[in-house]
Amino acid sequence: MTKASAALALLAALLIALPAFAGNYLLSVATLILYFAYTGQAWNVMMGFAGQLSLGHALYVGVGGYTAGAIFYHWGIGPWAGLWVAMALCVALGVIIGFLAFRFGISGVYFALLTIAFAEFTRIGFDHLDWTGGPGGLFLKVAQRDTWDVANFRGPPLMYYYTILFLTAAALAFCAVLLRSKAGYYWQAIRENEEAAQALGINTFRWKMLAVAISSAMTSISGVFYAFYYNNLFPEQVFNIGRSIEIILGPVIGGVGTLFGPILGAVVLTVLSDTLTELLAALGWEIPGIKQVFYGAVLLAVVMFLPNGIWPAVAKRLRL
Amino acid sequence: MSFDLVVNVLIAGTLTGLVYGLMALGLSVIFGVVRVVNFAHGEMMTVAMYAATVLFAMLGLDPFVVALPVAAAFFVFGYVLQAGLINPFITRPEHSQFMLLVAVAIVMVNSLLMVFGPDARNVQVDYQLDSFEIGKILVDKARLYAAAAAVLTAGGLFLFFKHSKAGKAIRACADNYLGAKVVGLNVKKYYALTFGLGCVCVAIAGCAMVLLVDVTPPLGPAYTLLAFVIVIVGGLGSMGGALLGGVLIGVSEALAGLFIAPSAKSMFSFGLLIVVLLFRPQGLLGKR
Amino acid sequence: MKRRQFTQALAAAAVATGFPGLVKAQAQKLKVGIILPRSGYLGFIGQSCQKGADLAPGVIKEMLGVDIELMNADFESNVDTARTRAERLIQEGANVLVGPFDSGAASAIAQVAEQRGVPFVINIAAAPLITEQGYKFVFRNFQTAGDIVRNGLALIGELFQATSTVPRTAVFMHVNDTFGQAMAKGIGAFMPRLTQLPFKIVDTISYDPAAKDLTVEVSKAKASNADFLLLVCRLNDAIILRREMVKQRWNPMGIVSPGSPGMYEEQYFKTLGKLSEHSISNVPWYNPKGRLTQVVEKAFLKQNPKDKLVFHGLNAGFTFEAILIAADAYKRARSTDAKTLADAIRQTNISEKMMLGGPIKFNEKGQVEGIGSACVQNLNLLPTVVLPTGAATAKPVFPVPGYKKA
Repeated sequence: MTKASAALALLAALLIALPAFAGNYLLSVATLILYFAYTGQAWNVMMGFAGQLSLGHALYVGVGGYTAGAIFYHWGIGPWAGLWVAMALCVALGVIIGFLAFRFGISGVYFALLTIAFAEFTRIGFDHLDWTGGPGGLFLKVAQRDTWDVANFRGPPLMYYYTILFLTAAALAFCAVLLRSKAGYYWQAIRENEEAAQALGINTFRWKMLAVAISSAMTSISGVFYAFYYNNLFPEQVFNIGRSIEIILGPVIGGVGTLFGPILGAVVLTVLSDTLTELLAALGWEIPGIKQVFYGAVLLAVVMFLPNGIWPAVAKRLRL
Repeated sequence: MSFDLVVNVLIAGTLTGLVYGLMALGLSVIFGVVRVVNFAHGEMMTVAMYAATVLFAMLGLDPFVVALPVAAAFFVFGYVLQAGLINPFITRPEHSQFMLLVAVAIVMVNSLLMVFGPDARNVQVDYQLDSFEIGKILVDKARLYAAAAAVLTAGGLFLFFKHSKAGKAIRACADNYLGAKVVGLNVKKYYALTFGLGCVCVAIAGCAMVLLVDVTPPLGPAYTLLAFVIVIVGGLGSMGGALLGGVLIGVSEALAGLFIAPSAKSMFSFGLLIVVLLFRPQGLLGKR
Repeated sequence: MKRRQFTQALAAAAVATGFPGLVKAQAQKLKVGIILPRSGYLGFIGQSCQKGADLAPGVIKEMLGVDIELMNADFESNVDTARTRAERLIQEGANVLVGPFDSGAASAIAQVAEQRGVPFVINIAAAPLITEQGYKFVFRNFQTAGDIVRNGLALIGELFQATSTVPRTAVFMHVNDTFGQAMAKGIGAFMPRLTQLPFKIVDTISYDPAAKDLTVEVSKAKASNADFLLLVCRLNDAIILRREMVKQRWNPMGIVSPGSPGMYEEQYFKTLGKLSEHSISNVPWYNPKGRLTQVVEKAFLKQNPKDKLVFHGLNAGFTFEAILIAADAYKRARSTDAKTLADAIRQTNISEKMMLGGPIKFNEKGQVEGIGSACVQNLNLLPTVVLPTGAATAKPVFPVPGYKKA
C-alpha cells in the first residue's frame, strides 16, 4: 500500500507543479485530459460499480452545462448557485431514467439504448428551446480573464486547470471511499450476480438508483465546468452521441470499475491522439483520416488483448 | 391540408419505412441470434454503398444488379469477421463489444475517407428521379423498387429460417445456446453463417439505399442508431418485425413532420423507442 | 515536439551568441497560424479554405513585399481540438491566427486569442455574437448573419426588378441549425421593413440538417402553391431537396437563397448536373472583374491546375483576404509584437480587395461593415455573378425555364 501512496503523492505533486514548467499548450491539453478523466470517473460509478452501461452520458453534461449557463446568462447568478440547480436537475433525470429502466427490468444493451434515446431526444428538444438559444447556441459573456474571480468562475486558464485538477482528485478520493463502503460491496455483489444479491436480501433497486444518482450528479458538475470554460454551448455539439462515446473511451480503455482506470485511459488516449498527429505530420503523411485509422486500430488492439483495460495490467506489472 | 398531400406523405413514409426496415433486417438477424451489439452496422452499409458506386462507375451496372455480387462478397466478409474477430467477444460484457465495434467503425469510416475523400458519391440511373403518377398521387420509382427489394429479401430470409436445415439450426442456437451445443450443433459455424447472412442484408440494403441517398464516409452512425431503434421497436430476430418497425418509424416521422414540425420528427422515433422499451421490450413482433 | 524544441533552443542560442543573420531572418517574416478543419465533417470546406491560404504568401510577397510564413493546423472539426491547436500555434510563435470557418471553433479560439493577447482574424463565421463579446484581439472580415440576410433580401428585390417579375408568394424553407436559425430570425426581422419586396411568405418549413429524406418537407412546400422557393440550406440538403422537387414534379419560379452555402458549391453541380441550373444564391462573393481577383486566380490555377477558383470563391477568397489583412497590418506596424499588430489591424483600410463591397475597415467591435453580396446564379454549370450589374458577367434568368404555375 505504501508503494501506491508514494506513487500517488508523486503524481499529485507533479500535476500541481505542472504549470510551472509546461507551456500554455500543454496546460490546455492537461486541462482536457483531466476533464475527460473526471467525467470518465463519474461515468465509471454507474458502469464499473453498478454495472449499468450508459451510452448517453452526454445528457448530464449538457443539461448540467445548459442549466448553470442559462441561469448565469439570464439572471447573472454565478455558477456556485447554478451548480446546485444543475445537479438537482441531472439527478432527477438520472432517477427518472433509472426508475423507468429498473422498474421495467431493462438492462444490458436495452438500457444502453434507452440512455441513447434520452440523450438524442433531449438534443433535438434543446434545438427547439429558445430560452437556451436553440441551435444558435448559448454564449456566456466572458467578462474578464486576468484575475481569479472564483465567485463567477472567470479567470485565466490556470484557474480552470487547478479547478479540474481539484475535481478529479476529489472524485478519485470519493470513489475510493465509496468502493470500500457498504455501497461498494453491495454494488460488487449486484455486478457479479444480481439475482444472487437479491436472494441475499439486498434491495438491488435502491442501490442501483443510488449509483445512477451519484453518477449523474458528478457528471452535472462536469457540465457546469465545461459551460464556463468554453463559454458557449450548442445542442449539436454537447448532446451528440459522439460526446457520449468520448466519455466512455477513457474508462473502457483504462479499466472499467477500477479507481485509476478512467484517469489512465484519458491520459493514454489524449497522448496517443496528439502523438499520432505529430508523428504523421513529421512523416509527411497528411492524408485526412489516416490519423483516425491508426487511432481506431490501437483501440481495437487494446480491446482485444487487454479486455480488462490497461490499468489492471499496469498495476500488476508495477505490483501496486 | 389536402387529402392528396396526406396520402402522398403516407405512401412516401411507408416506402421509406420499408427501406429502413431492409437496412435493419441484417441487424435483427445478427442481434437476434448472435446477441452481438453491432455498432458498426451503419458503417458496413456505407461500405456496401461505396461498392455499388464503384461498380457503377466502372461497369455502368444498375445497383440492383450488382447487389448480388456485393452481397456474396459481404457474406464472406461477415463470416470471416465473426469467426475471426468477434467470436471471442460474445461472452464478454456489452461495453467491450461496443468498444470493439466502435473501433471497427472508426477504422472503416476513416479508411473510406482516405480512399474516397470527403466528397459525396452516387449513381445516376434513368429512373432515379422518376415517379409513377396515379391521378394526383405520385409514387417515387426508386423508392418503390427499393421497398420491393426489402420485402423480397425479408421473405427470402423468412423462408430460409423456417424451412432450410441451416436456418432451423440457427434458430436453435438462438433459442438455446447450451441446448444446441449439447445436441451437437457447431454453434461457432452457425454464428458465423448468421453474421454472414446479416451482412448480405446490409449489402442489399446499401445497394438499394444508394439510389436514394448520396454516400459520404460519415454516413454510418445515424443509420446504426436508426437500425437499432427499428429492431427494438419491431422485435429482435423477427423479419416481419424489422419491416414493421421500419414502416412504423417511417410513417410516424412523416406524419409528425407533416402535422407538427419537420425538424423535430426524429424526436418521435426516439420517443417511440422509449415507450416500446418500457412497455414491450421484446418489440411488437418479437418473442421474449 | 522534441524536434521543435531543439530548433527553438538553437535559435535562442543564435540570438545569445549574436548571430545577426539568423536573428534578422526571424524578425522579417510574419508567422500566420492557419487553423482550419481539414478532416472531420467539415473536412472538404476546410480544404477549400486551405487553397486560399496556400496561394497567399506568393501573391502577398508580390503585392506588398512582405514575407509570410504559414503555420497550418487542422482542428479536425472538433471544438476541443480547436482550442488546444490555437494554444499550440501561439506557443510555437504564431504572430496572428486566421480561421476557422466554424462558429463554435471561432468562439473557442477567440477566447484563447484574447487570453494570450494574439490577434485573430476570422475568415468565415456568421454567428453575430462572436464580435459582441467586447474582445480586443478578435477581428472578423465576414458578414454576420444579419448582414447576409439584409443584403440577400435587397438583392432579391433587385433580381425581380432586373427581370421584371412580380412574384406574390414565397415558401420559406430553412435548415434548423445555428446558421439556419440565425438567418430565419434575420428574415423575420427584415422582411417587414423591406416594403419594396412584392412577395409574402406563405409558409415556413424548418428541417433537420441531418435528414436524408425530405419528402414531407417538399410535399408541404409544394402544397403551399407559392410562386418561388426561398431557401436557407447547406450543401447536402440542397441536393436532396432539388432531387425531391423533381420527383414530386414541383417547378416553382425559382429557388432563391437569401444567403446560405450549398447551391454554388462544386458538389451541387457534379451531383445534379443539369438540374443544378438556374438556382440562385445571394452570398458574399468575389468581384470577378476585380484586378486582385485576376491575380489570385492566376496563382490559384498554378497551384491547382485541375480546379477552378469559382468553386472555392467564398472559402478561398475570404481566407486569402484574412491573411492579406494580417500582412497589411504587419507592413504598417513593422513589428511582430502582438499588441502593435492588433492596433495596426484595427487601423486597416484596404480598398483594393478581392471580395465585393466597400473597403476593409474594422469598427470598434472588430467587425467589418459594408461587405457586399452578389446574386450568383448557376449558369452553364458554373456559379455566375448576375447582380450587381457592375460586377455581373451575365444576365439573370428568372423565372426559370420549366416553371409551371401549380
